[in-house]
Amino acid sequence: MNIAIEIIYLIASIFFIFGIKKLGSPKTARKGNLYSSIGMLLAIVVTLSDQHVLTFEWIIIGGVIGSLIGAVLALKIKMTGMPQMVGLLNGFGGGASLFVALSEFYKISPIIPINTGIAIILSLLIGSITFTGSLIAFGKLQGIVTGKVVKYPLQHPFNLLLFILVIGAGVYLLMNPGNVTLVLIITFVSLVLGVLLVLSIGGADMPVAISLLNSYSGIAASTTGFILENNVLIIAGALVGASGIILTLIMCRGMNRSLMNVVLGGWADAGSSDGVSTDQGPKCDVKSVDAEELAMILEVASSVIIVPGYGMAVAQAQHAVRELMLALEAKGINVRFAIHPVAGRMPGHMNVLLAEANVDYEKLFALEDINNDFANTDVVIVIGANDVVNPAARHDKSSPIYGMPILNVDYAKTVVINKRSMNPGYAGIDNELFFGDNSLMFFGDAKDAMGKLTSEIKNL
Amino acid sequence: MYVTSFLMLIYVFVLAIFVGFELITKVPPTLHTPLMSGSNAISGITIVGALLSAGAEEFTISTILGLLAVIFAMINVVGGYLVTDRMLKMFKKKVR
Repeated sequence: MNIAIEIIYLIASIFFIFGIKKLGSPKTARKGNLYSSIGMLLAIVVTLSDQHVLTFEWIIIGGVIGSLIGAVLALKIKMTGMPQMVGLLNGFGGGASLFVALSEFYKISPIIPINTGIAIILSLLIGSITFTGSLIAFGKLQGIVTGKVVKYPLQHPFNLLLFILVIGAGVYLLMNPGNVTLVLIITFVSLVLGVLLVLSIGGADMPVAISLLNSYSGIAASTTGFILENNVLIIAGALVGASGIILTLIMCRGMNRSLMNVVLGGWADAGSSDGVSTDQGPKCDVKSVDAEELAMILEVASSVIIVPGYGMAVAQAQHAVRELMLALEAKGINVRFAIHPVAGRMPGHMNVLLAEANVDYEKLFALEDINNDFANTDVVIVIGANDVVNPAARHDKSSPIYGMPILNVDYAKTVVINKRSMNPGYAGIDNELFFGDNSLMFFGDAKDAMGKLTSEIKNL
Repeated sequence: MYVTSFLMLIYVFVLAIFVGFELITKVPPTLHTPLMSGSNAISGITIVGALLSAGAEEFTISTILGLLAVIFAMINVVGGYLVTDRMLKMFKKKVR
């Protein structure tokens, strides 16, 4: 073990820790990311000077290919495609850990100490699940794989069986350290497990799935660190693992659901059983409004809160929303944004889109910071959000989203809901908000509708 | 000897998890997406293991797997940092 290399790894770890610390505020976040990338550069350069690295041609080939793909992906992706991008990157991280574990197995087999053996098995398991699970998550977000909850008979017992199979093969491998077949079985079954686990998670639960896979990619890196007995891998991986777990818990709390409930695909049944109340619902009672009328209502308002949801992302309406904000502000109206923790398809999704459209982050408020202000607000404009503003979550014990913290938009004097149609949200349940006395439906594609509304306001 | 060095690694892991929890609970919701992509880039630290695998002297199946690992980890590292920087550039306080 070379002392100089170890010290540089320690310095790299410190850069990672400071980098994440600086991510705590929008003012210093960019510097934080830079610190963390310097840590990575240090770790890479010093590894290249390691006495075990003897040939460079494969490293150069791999490094160039990987960097090019990474750079092209990062620079080409649209901000609305960010959930897919993050999903895909998680997958590559998991895949890298999987390959390192396999490579290490072939290198040291058949003499494998028990602690290294355990680390290899865990690395194969977690790396594989992260890899295929992230690819499925990417497929769901990209629309290649169905966004619905996929169910099949004996789903949970079958997944459990696969898991036991991996553990069993793992234990057997520890007793027969050189057995290649067992390693391939562990890898293959774990890859299948990754597909099945994410396939059964619905589109609206993607924020949880993405955060969880993020955490796995870190833990996979950590287990690789245990194989190589390398502290920088363990530390960096643990930081990412912790980050992913915290985000996962925040997302679960945002939906008032346990992690188990999300992972096992909870909301699927609720949607279909609600078909009865759909028939009873007074569908015709909604009041709809056009851009011109709405502009007149807004003209006399003094405070407006905009509530964006996944619909804004789908319609790529963030720039149109900013134009609307500017038009309202030009009339002296106070405009703020209320962001629900699970709005969109990943943590912080709405914030990134609005930042892209140049909306000041100080105008964006989290649920707990703005929820008491709705009662003093003249007009709330809900754009492509649904379940996160459904008042049934507060009082209807039979509703599948009962207990979920929601934005209390119905307390405002007027609520305007922009939607394409009367279809229910992703939880598949009706929203009583639409039928409220103070509710107005403003139908249309978010981008077009906001564009029309903005020009009407300017014409006043 | 084996046991103590392995225990040291577990020490490091557990303490790093606690550091992670402390740091990340302070990140505001507005930055959750860049936090995810940025921490994702950090998980590309697997590149260290990948380089050790791909740089072995003899060319074996282990080297091929190392090459694949280098490609994947570099996508993770370069893609992660660049896309995070792209996002963070947009989080500016607007001067009016």
